[in-house]
Amino acid sequence: MYLFTARDIVKRYTNHLALDRVTVNVPEGSVYGLLGPNGAGKTTLLRIINQISMPDEGELFFMGRKFQPDDVAHIGYLPEERGLYKKMKVGEQALYLAQLKGMSKAEAMKRLKHWFTKFEIQAWWNKKVEELSKGMQQKVQFVTTIIHEPRLLIFDEPFSGFDPINTNMLKNEILELKKKGSTIIFSTHDMGSVEELCDYITLINKSKTILEGDVHNIRMEYKSNTFEIGFNGDAEVVKSQLNGRCQLVEQVEERDHTRIKIKADRSLSGNDMLNLILPVVSVTSFNEVIPTMNDIFIHVVEAQNQQKPNVL
Amino acid sequence: MNKIGLIIWREYLTRVRKKSFIIMTLIGPVLFAALIILPGWFATMEDKDVREIAVVEYDANGQPVPDSLQFFREVIPNKENIRFTYLSSARLPDILKLYEAAHYDGVLFLSQGLISAGRETSVELYYRKTPSMGMEVHISKSLEKFLFDNKLRVKNIPPEVINSLETKINLTRINWKNWPNQKEDTTDVKRGLGYAAGFLIYFFIFMFGAQVMRGVLEEKTNRIVEVIVSSVKPFQLMMGKIIGIGLIGLTQFVAWLILTFGISTVAQTVFFQPSAKAATEITAPSDIMNSNPVVGQAVAESGDREEMALAFNGFMKKMKEVNIFLIIGAFLFYFLGGYILYGSLFAAIGAAVDNETDTQQFMFPITVPLIIGIIVMINAFLNPSGKMAVIFSIIPLTSPIVMMARIPFEVPPLQLLLSAVLLIVTFLGTTWLAAKIYRTGILMYGKKVNYAELWKWIKY
Repeated sequence: MYLFTARDIVKRYTNHLALDRVTVNVPEGSVYGLLGPNGAGKTTLLRIINQISMPDEGELFFMGRKFQPDDVAHIGYLPEERGLYKKMKVGEQALYLAQLKGMSKAEAMKRLKHWFTKFEIQAWWNKKVEELSKGMQQKVQFVTTIIHEPRLLIFDEPFSGFDPINTNMLKNEILELKKKGSTIIFSTHDMGSVEELCDYITLINKSKTILEGDVHNIRMEYKSNTFEIGFNGDAEVVKSQLNGRCQLVEQVEERDHTRIKIKADRSLSGNDMLNLILPVVSVTSFNEVIPTMNDIFIHVVEAQNQQKPNVL
Repeated sequence: MNKIGLIIWREYLTRVRKKSFIIMTLIGPVLFAALIILPGWFATMEDKDVREIAVVEYDANGQPVPDSLQFFREVIPNKENIRFTYLSSARLPDILKLYEAAHYDGVLFLSQGLISAGRETSVELYYRKTPSMGMEVHISKSLEKFLFDNKLRVKNIPPEVINSLETKINLTRINWKNWPNQKEDTTDVKRGLGYAAGFLIYFFIFMFGAQVMRGVLEEKTNRIVEVIVSSVKPFQLMMGKIIGIGLIGLTQFVAWLILTFGISTVAQTVFFQPSAKAATEITAPSDIMNSNPVVGQAVAESGDREEMALAFNGFMKKMKEVNIFLIIGAFLFYFLGGYILYGSLFAAIGAAVDNETDTQQFMFPITVPLIIGIIVMINAFLNPSGKMAVIFSIIPLTSPIVMMARIPFEVPPLQLLLSAVLLIVTFLGTTWLAAKIYRTGILMYGKKVNYAELWKWIKY
């Protein structure tokens, strides 16, 4: 079941089309990645999901029915540009933001205490935000985003501005939130995190969806029957064995073995290949190369950019 | 608590706890009182150092006149800070040569020919330090009075006739409507109250309007606005801010009202009450002041306090005649109306720009009607039912300021109603307009905004 659906969303600005019939289906309990180059329309779409701006066309559905304005209470949003009231005290501010999401003061207090203890930031409660470092402010902001335990969490570039330790912590939190049943949409440029975290993605380029679906399936779909073989022995013998049915992509001489990457014809399976080379060399490793999201991203975006320019 | 209530509460709480607000609230009335009292006080301070002026009288040949033959001896009475010394043997050029040696602050030359001067003539005063306006007036008035009396005296008009020639007229204004009850006229107090209230509204609109603008700008540059509008509607955020800051204004006003009332009550009982009786007795000997300058001066000095007490008590008495509740009610209405009208525009400006320096170009059209308002208000202060005052007290952009100058003087109900309705309609209009600009503006960064752009946002 989809927790959230945006159907055929169109958003126009005065002299530019930000989103052109974009559809996103977010299954409940999944982590959903929103990918795309800068200026593709990711933030616009996230703002529409948040009800910050209204689409010109298209419909939004939440929990199987039409999106209601009050549904924003079930959404937690971490914008790309983080910000808090600088002169306000941390605790007071967190309470205020939690109450704006519809929580009672007592409940907000209870949960904030829990999260502040978990993140070991209790000592900051009475400090002004401007006294904290940027990383500390990010932590506070993260807590305020999830404090009302929303069913849908939206993170816009959540890892930008975090150091590796905090990035890791954040990734773990995202997975933990998912385990607890939250659905998460996040936009990112960091393809590594997509493979690590995302179940589904939508890739937007030039205001249009150009790729969408299950991350695993997409990677499988884009694999090109390429294999990486490590062996001890004469590389020329291996090449002659496979000659005619494979293309050599890469050959690397390591200290004690050779590694080649080859793209095989559709008719040639991994087993066939092994059968051909096992008699002639000693194989140390063999695996099929599954494209990274990074490769797919570059491949798909460049392919679209080479088509005719997107005119209005 | 609902969301807009939360926003109002936050805006209010963060500001009401600020040191600057508390200090301003406490010293506000003192500051205002000081603004009124200090200039006068400084003026008297300056005059405290005594100037000594030598008076030299010379005859038709330019020769000094001996004491017994001097016309103008003791004609100009000494004052607290001016002493006149009459010289008898100094010759005109001789005394001027003594600039270094002489200790006089100035020398006044009087020709005996003055006594028969026509409608206009002149007299020379040599000075070291520029004479004050008061000194100049004192010298010429004293001389004019003496010459006037003298001209009658030589025509053998008896002194008692001369003394009875001048009659001072005090115009007593009585509100016809109150006839046959003769209440004390309160025009001065009404003028003062209207002026003060109009000025205060002008001041409040600017001060709190600018706070709204800075608050919006702060949220925008902090980027927290995006988090907040994901929880509430932009309109709620804008109105919450405007109302919260408006409540700060009201708090300040009420605090000032209470403080002023408290201070004046204390001042009345502690400083002025006991001496008020003495003050009434002082009116009788005022004649002496004219006939005998030296004695008069002494009386005037001791009478200063009593006179002040009398004026103060008179003022308090008149205050009781004024419909103070109407004025306060009107103040609250026009303050809120004007503040929301301008505050929403200020909010729109804050949302449209990225930093405070860019606000200038949009501030101008807001500043102009406010300044026109204050200018017309000063005019209305002099003539509360004049055509200009009436027109500008109905136009909503200026009515909050101008109407306050008219309110103490019984404005025709129809005009008041029209003015109030127009103000309400207009602030609803500007709020609607501002909300449209605000909604788009708060999420717009790095774009130089001009009026054409704003118009697009409004139409959008």
